[in-house]
Amino acid sequence: MSLLEIEKLSLTIGDTPILRDVELSVAPGEVMGLVGESGSGKSITALTVMRLLPWAARATGHVTFDGIDILAASEDQMCALRGDDIGMVFQEPMTALNPVKTIGEQVAEGIRWHTRASRADAEDRARKMLDRVGLPAAQFPLSRYPHELSGGQRQRVVIAIACALKPKLLIADEPTTALDVVLQAQILDLLRDLVAENRMGLLLISHDLAVVTEMAERITILRHGEVMEAGDTARTLSEQLHPYTRQLAQASTHVPARPRTHAVGQDNPLLQVAKPLLQVDSVTRDYPGRRKSLLKRAAPIRAVDDVSFSIDPGQSVALVGRSGCGKSTLARMVLALDGPTSGTIRFRGQVITGKSEAELKPARRDMQVVFQDPYGSFDPRQKVEKLVGEPLHVLENKPTNTERREMVAKALHEVGLSPRDMDKYPHEFSGGQRQRLSIARAIITRPKLVVADEPVSALDVSIRAQILDLFAELNQKLGVAYLFITHDLTVARAITDQVMIMHDGKIVERGRTSEVLDHPQSEAAKALVAAAPDLHRAIARRLQEQG
Amino acid sequence: MTVYLLKRLAIALITLVLASMVVFAVLEIIPGDPARLMLGMNASADQVELLRNQMGLNAPLPARYLHWAGGLLSLDFGRSYTYSVPVIDLVRERIVVSLPLALIALALSTIIAIPVGLFSAGRHGRAGDTIAMGAAQLGVAVPNFWFALMLIYLFAVWLRLVPAGGFPGWSAGIWPALKSLILPAIALALPQAAILARVTRSALIEVLNEDYIRTARAKGLPYRAVLWRHALRNAMIPVLTILGLQFAFLLAGTIIIENVFYLPGLGRLVFQAITQRDLIVVESVVMLLVAAVIAVNLLVDLSYAVVDPRLRSRQ
Repeated sequence: MSLLEIEKLSLTIGDTPILRDVELSVAPGEVMGLVGESGSGKSITALTVMRLLPWAARATGHVTFDGIDILAASEDQMCALRGDDIGMVFQEPMTALNPVKTIGEQVAEGIRWHTRASRADAEDRARKMLDRVGLPAAQFPLSRYPHELSGGQRQRVVIAIACALKPKLLIADEPTTALDVVLQAQILDLLRDLVAENRMGLLLISHDLAVVTEMAERITILRHGEVMEAGDTARTLSEQLHPYTRQLAQASTHVPARPRTHAVGQDNPLLQVAKPLLQVDSVTRDYPGRRKSLLKRAAPIRAVDDVSFSIDPGQSVALVGRSGCGKSTLARMVLALDGPTSGTIRFRGQVITGKSEAELKPARRDMQVVFQDPYGSFDPRQKVEKLVGEPLHVLENKPTNTERREMVAKALHEVGLSPRDMDKYPHEFSGGQRQRLSIARAIITRPKLVVADEPVSALDVSIRAQILDLFAELNQKLGVAYLFITHDLTVARAITDQVMIMHDGKIVERGRTSEVLDHPQSEAAKALVAAAPDLHRAIARRLQEQG
Repeated sequence: MTVYLLKRLAIALITLVLASMVVFAVLEIIPGDPARLMLGMNASADQVELLRNQMGLNAPLPARYLHWAGGLLSLDFGRSYTYSVPVIDLVRERIVVSLPLALIALALSTIIAIPVGLFSAGRHGRAGDTIAMGAAQLGVAVPNFWFALMLIYLFAVWLRLVPAGGFPGWSAGIWPALKSLILPAIALALPQAAILARVTRSALIEVLNEDYIRTARAKGLPYRAVLWRHALRNAMIPVLTILGLQFAFLLAGTIIIENVFYLPGLGRLVFQAITQRDLIVVESVVMLLVAAVIAVNLLVDLSYAVVDPRLRSRQ
């Protein structure tokens, strides 16, 4: 018998239909993958099971958990279920814990609430649970506060909270999306073990087909609040009978067509003489250590450690590494937003380190940036014309208003938007369109180098495929060089000629993207490659297991 | 933590010194000769000059500042021009009225505001919230002296529960003394409570949208428990800030309220001293109030660190 049974679940918020006739079930000890793009209703489905919906939401249909009619249960009954029989893990570990309470308090709280255990007993159990999720007492006493932990460690605490009372069902909503691949693999392993240990049912929500394929026996694919296809994971994804399933699978493994990939120097004598566009020479960046007392400071933290590399004109280079490896610090220095402690950076032959803002102006024209978050990087009160035209102020000859509008129109056209969009505000665009806007903003000054910091990791797979295509196309058309910062190897593989692997502030490996990813040499690169989920591999493995 | 503490302490001390200079300078600039005032209009220029010398009013400005500031440090505030008694005696007499009044008012406004804020935030956008915030809006808008008059009319004139004004002194017993402070304290507290309730509500509503609130709900805590255990403490920082600022307003508010209720407090002392050009009293009491406000804000700064562990570990 199923542990969780969702039948004909429909849900509206106000007059907006969110879910229509959703069917889904999870058996004890089973992992069910719920897949869909943002806005498809995955999270709302999970929140319905927890009955933590916004108050304007109206649900109809049946949700039965362990014989209990969830939609008809009283709030008291739900409080008894939540945290005891049903646990939930959320997407964003950085904000999921209360910053003013210790991790011990937060894990013990649910235990005390549900079991009426004494403080000492509850703390004892909290300690055991934290040990279980890989946070040993020596380094992680109960008295630690969330801000003293990293994202992966915080997610372990959230899992400890959710699993402290050995729930029958765990709902994990994008539990690893905010983590780098190595942490992701660790957290997924932990979840898998917990499922096996307690015959816990797991409803794993993700937009990442590869992750779900690795984890889930069965899969439900959701789109616009409706189930498109559901069934055995390996069969569903290998047969791809439903057109939307096929579309999703193709988008997740999409590689943009790039007829003219940039050759490495040795292969092309013409390029050997060309001066590198960007040259980074033994750059180091230290941050002052934490103050230990009034006069004493801890040793400085070396974020970037003696890094040298160069990028040729038109070349597309990936900078790959785990979170905290120093890749963003390095990018900030390349963009001259931060100065190195030692070392020099040359851009088009000019030293850009230690220069004043006025001296940097010509360099600024030729390098632009695209950020990860298409929601956060625009002022919501400005029109697109102003936002996209923003970098134009670094031009030597300030364009007139008509010229400015022409340039914005052209940039919008180049990224596949309509020049009519110029008079709209950012909120009128979807996430993918907003990322197109930030690309338009980046190319409007015809830069020679675009630094893109995780430019597609906040996007859904199909949108991600389109944006990768756009990057590839602009590289071909405008000859712009890219420095792609990412922890996602699929992205690196899709769009770059060369890859640099960064670890603990050092670049530990560099080479052709396909070579490094297929035959990694350094430990860091091997770890990244091994941890990266791969859809084809995961399907093959599942099929093999099933015979 | 120590660094944070020392920094705050240093800032408080510097503020105090700067404030003392400003207070001294402002009162020097104000026209009006205290010696002339003490002697009356008929006194001769020689007599006035003599008294000015005696009072040290002819010494150069920096010397007078140092003399005055040095006195403050040893609690020697000088002698009142009008009453011819040490200022410290006047202050001592009056502070036993004003300080309890301000503290009762502060406690009252907190006791009223925080539950109202919790109530409103818990019913965000619903009828209860609208009514509570409407009342708060009214509380902010109504001046406290008008409110004081209404209180007097209702509780003293009509119901005859408490005296309409005056203060029997603590020697008359704690209860009669408290009885005469309760109306002024309410009049002082309500407008402050209204502001504080709005701040508490908006801080809570912001916190309630945080992810960790959802985590707490997913643990099985009922909404009310989440509000008290998880939301309130996180919403405390803006509430404490406003509370600290309000203390200054409460002290200033006593000038009006003590006049309405005819209370012999510091507010009335300052008021009378200003009209009588008793500069030394004005300076001393204002400095005392400034010191009190700075001390309270120092306490607020320190309480941030108690509330938020992130501040404790930062420098």
